[in-house]
Amino acid sequence: MSMLHIVNKSALDRNSLEACVNHTIKGATILMIEDAVYSAMKNTASSSMVEGAMKDVSVAVLGPDLKARGISEEKLIDGVTVVDYAGFVELTTKNDTVQSWL
Amino acid sequence: MATIEVNGKQLEVDEEGYLADLNDWVPEVAEVMSKAEDAELTDAHWEVINFLREYYEEYQIAPAVRVLTKAIGKKLGKDKGNSKYLYELFPYGPGKQACKYAGLPKPTGCV
Amino acid sequence: MADVKKFLYVNRKAPYGTIYAWESLEVVLIGAAFDQDVALAFIDDGVYQLVKGQDTKEIGMKNFSPTYSALGDYDINKIYVEKESLEARGLTIDDLQHLVWEDEDDDWAEKDSIKIVTASEMAEIMDQSEVVLSF
Repeated sequence: MSMLHIVNKSALDRNSLEACVNHTIKGATILMIEDAVYSAMKNTASSSMVEGAMKDVSVAVLGPDLKARGISEEKLIDGVTVVDYAGFVELTTKNDTVQSWL
Repeated sequence: MATIEVNGKQLEVDEEGYLADLNDWVPEVAEVMSKAEDAELTDAHWEVINFLREYYEEYQIAPAVRVLTKAIGKKLGKDKGNSKYLYELFPYGPGKQACKYAGLPKPTGCV
Repeated sequence: MADVKKFLYVNRKAPYGTIYAWESLEVVLIGAAFDQDVALAFIDDGVYQLVKGQDTKEIGMKNFSPTYSALGDYDINKIYVEKESLEARGLTIDDLQHLVWEDEDDDWAEKDSIKIVTASEMAEIMDQSEVVLSF
């Protein structure tokens, strides 16, 4: 079983990313959309949590939401993949289940 | 929603006559709207309408009258940057009337 | 001017994910008509509002970041950004838009509107405000 976790809130405003990270198992994917895209940035107060999680899970971030917020890809944690809307759909079909952390 | 006919096309407007979608705007929109209010558009009117469109393009808002007046004065000269000049051109209010002709939303804070 | 009060608008939310940032900006612009002494504070996720290079084409929302550049026209030139909030988000002042205002009393010289302040300085600014509006 593989699970796609979708997070849409800033980790420095809400604890939904932290809750998500605490409930992922090896092989899962976390997709950051909307205000959660800031959590894919390096050198932030939540970066080490994400970097730690990336030992077991892969992290993707929605490109259009990054662009909207003026965050360039070189500001992202190494290893984070940027996906477009088609990539978003692909992730939902590729994984067995999807969980949204509101 | 109400519509106005411009170049044979029906364009949606809100209850006060402002264009619903500013991307619908063509110069004929201003002609049709001004005719409906018995106003005739001169070069002086167009100077203000074009200024408003440029302002919106840059800042994504329709400026308050005070801001419009100051900015017009800076761009087009002191003789035009005063409310008397602007109200003579747009007696229903330079904010309301000129923004409407320019296809912009009603200025933020304008009642 | 009869009764000028010191207003402080406190912005703590990122743009686009919620409506607070745009609502705040609209209220600031409307409020500017009342000739009060207005300052804006950006703390926590609010600092994201001022990040330069925003491009919302692909998410189908209005990009209101250019509107911050109009604040100078509205005589709003005290924009305080909290240092600790920037640092926690991996940002520096170079990641923010360059906002300026023109000083009428100084031959229209362009001056910076944004001032980076520490959390304790921000606390003082809040303390000295007469009306605080939070978004």
